[in-house]
Amino acid sequence: MNYGELDLNTVWFLLIGVLFTGYAMLDGFDLGVGALHLFTKKDEERRIMLNAIGPVWDGNEVWLVTGGGALFAAFPNVYATVFSGFYFAFVLLLVALIFRAVAIEFRSKQPMRWWRQMWDVGFAGGSILSSFLIGVAMGNIAWGVPLDEKGEYAGTFWTLLGPYPILLGVTTVSLFMMHGAIYAVMKTEGELQQKLRGWINHTIIFFIICYATMTMATLIYVPHMAARLRENPWLFSIALVNMLAIANIPREVSRQRDGRAFISSCVAMIAMMTLFGLEMYPNLVLSNPEAAHSLTIHNAASSQKTLGIMLTIALIGVPIVLAYTVSIYWIFRGKVKLDKMSY
Amino acid sequence: MDVLTLSRIQFAATISFHYIYPPLSIGLGVALVIMEALWLKTGNPIYHQMARFWTKVFALTFAIGVATGIVMEFEFGTNWATYSRFVGDVFGSALAAEGIFAFFLESGFLAVLLFGWDKVSRKMHFFSTCMVCLGAHFSAIWIVVANSWMQTPAGYHIVETANGPRAEITDFWAMVFNPSSMDRLFHTLCGCWQAGAFLVVSVSAWYLLKHKHVEFAKRSMRVGLGVGLVAALLSLVSGHDSAIGVAKNQPAKLAAFEGLYETTTNAPLVLFGWVDEKNERVVGPEIPGLLSYLTHGDASKSVTGLNEFQPEDRPPVQRVFQLYHLMVGIGFAMIGLAVFGTYFCWRGVLFERRWMLWLLVLSVLGPQIANQAGWFAAEMGRQPWIVYGLMRTSEGLSAVVTANAVLGSLVLFTFIYLLLFAVFVYLLNDKIQHGPDEADLTPTGRLAEAMGGHRA
Repeated sequence: MNYGELDLNTVWFLLIGVLFTGYAMLDGFDLGVGALHLFTKKDEERRIMLNAIGPVWDGNEVWLVTGGGALFAAFPNVYATVFSGFYFAFVLLLVALIFRAVAIEFRSKQPMRWWRQMWDVGFAGGSILSSFLIGVAMGNIAWGVPLDEKGEYAGTFWTLLGPYPILLGVTTVSLFMMHGAIYAVMKTEGELQQKLRGWINHTIIFFIICYATMTMATLIYVPHMAARLRENPWLFSIALVNMLAIANIPREVSRQRDGRAFISSCVAMIAMMTLFGLEMYPNLVLSNPEAAHSLTIHNAASSQKTLGIMLTIALIGVPIVLAYTVSIYWIFRGKVKLDKMSY
Repeated sequence: MDVLTLSRIQFAATISFHYIYPPLSIGLGVALVIMEALWLKTGNPIYHQMARFWTKVFALTFAIGVATGIVMEFEFGTNWATYSRFVGDVFGSALAAEGIFAFFLESGFLAVLLFGWDKVSRKMHFFSTCMVCLGAHFSAIWIVVANSWMQTPAGYHIVETANGPRAEITDFWAMVFNPSSMDRLFHTLCGCWQAGAFLVVSVSAWYLLKHKHVEFAKRSMRVGLGVGLVAALLSLVSGHDSAIGVAKNQPAKLAAFEGLYETTTNAPLVLFGWVDEKNERVVGPEIPGLLSYLTHGDASKSVTGLNEFQPEDRPPVQRVFQLYHLMVGIGFAMIGLAVFGTYFCWRGVLFERRWMLWLLVLSVLGPQIANQAGWFAAEMGRQPWIVYGLMRTSEGLSAVVTANAVLGSLVLFTFIYLLLFAVFVYLLNDKIQHGPDEADLTPTGRLAEAMGGHRA
């Protein structure tokens, strides 16, 4: 297909942003449910938590796989630099994701206490570590990593563990915990739901503390991630939407309108990702200290031809994907009931 | 060891382990579609019981397939960054298509397949099973297309960039339908169908030997043998077509497969043997002229030997030769097993022939070993190239990753995969020992409503 004058590099910047935002909204809640898993004490409660995400977690993780694939395809230099440069961090992420996937599948297959305990820890640990590492990776590309003139990573594993990336990692864990708690409330009932409802407030407080610290740190220490906002004050409206959405969550939860609370949480995520994207554009990975070596949507991209082919693939595929994703969430709407097919 | 060796070992280890599972999912997917179709058609609840049982086995293989599959997608970037920069433009669209068309389809409808029995109608459930099966096949299409492009690149040109040369796409369909992709896809799928089919056959034979779940086992056996027979025979056809393609497009690889050093007319086919790499000859029984005949349909035509290639451009002959012959040998054995199994089944004597049932219990290993051996032969036969004729494997590594880092990750992956494999075998055995659920003979929920008259 011919897209004429359309700026395909920017389109793909947007699309990859959409994929990772989709990933955060969807896998975010099941990673969050995982992070909260060990706080539930009874076996039945843990099973309900697992089965709340049971039918959908796998599909949610596909957003990450597709996001990674799209990055490889649209911006191969970013994919190559980040994945090889953050080598050990990605190996850890893989280990965490594998453990988590296997733990969900295997936990309830045997009744022994030690068996279930072991996989419970695997599930919770894997969920927390994955969320944390995803946040750390985002923190690093925003803070900037040392890149050489060929765009290759010039630091070590320890370079990645700066205070700002770690702060973003913790913030991501707290965000997913909040998101997961809301989702869990939507899928449960009775005593467990009451308990979870109480937790939402704790997770919101945890998130707001992290978020406020991160915002301050960004304004003071990472001025380039607030530059566009300063130049265009109307962009503060997005930050405002973000804050209103977060403030709306406890309000909706206390009125037992859990669905709306979940939507608010999604809106907050979209606003945060939008701000992140706006500040990054047109960079994909910032180079620090040599800003000139940054990977951008131009020097890291595939050819116009490939970007065009992929856009055609996305235009055909994405509406279909959205249609059946919505149908499947519809089929599995309502409260979790344990049966013999459950985890 | 150096980074190259370690990275190759790590890739080989993670891909071989991964490749135990997707073929099972693809093959079991076909079996599930047949079982549910039979249930829809006949209304006999035993097919419902079969579909439920095999779905559980499918779920197990699928979960490990997904978990180990993410590793593969990341590993191109972590360990083969230079290669990723080189092929990203070409390879990327295939991978992105795989994500959008295959993975979403598979994992989305899997939810209905596993958890939707009582939530949707029978037809909707059958539709979901078909979609999962289709998704599994789609994922095979795109990844095999990408891999085939590495064997026989087409539809691209080389462009100089700031990061060195890279391949850019010029013709998407020429890339998709590169000279080897359709033959290799077909052959790969035949291997996958056999992997799933013979798992069904093996478990059913075991139940029959133990006189457990006899009715269930007999019907499962028929489905398994049917799929297995068709797939085993098609393997022969697709394998032959593939080999002709290899002879044309990757002559060094075919020469290594067959252990042929001298270019010659009337080239012989070595049935089995040992490659004497020092003296550049193969010791073993051979049929004169058969290789020429198979390749060209004419024994008097010549087949290119390894001596046409510089030593540094040749694949490791001994290993490729042995792996290829192992694959072919098992392929014929599977045809034999499937033909005799089906014949006995048709005559109605299979379920009494205990020796045959024992052979069928073991048959599950055949496709697994052949699938692994075949892929090893295909990938080692491409060496020393990572992209045939364009980029050497040694040039594709990540510039910034050290040997120690790879050693660390290799140890970590080995440990986790051994654990995973132990758990997989344990749980699979547990499911088999537990057997099909008697309660599945009386469907519940929306299925029961839909069943209506059939239930009486």
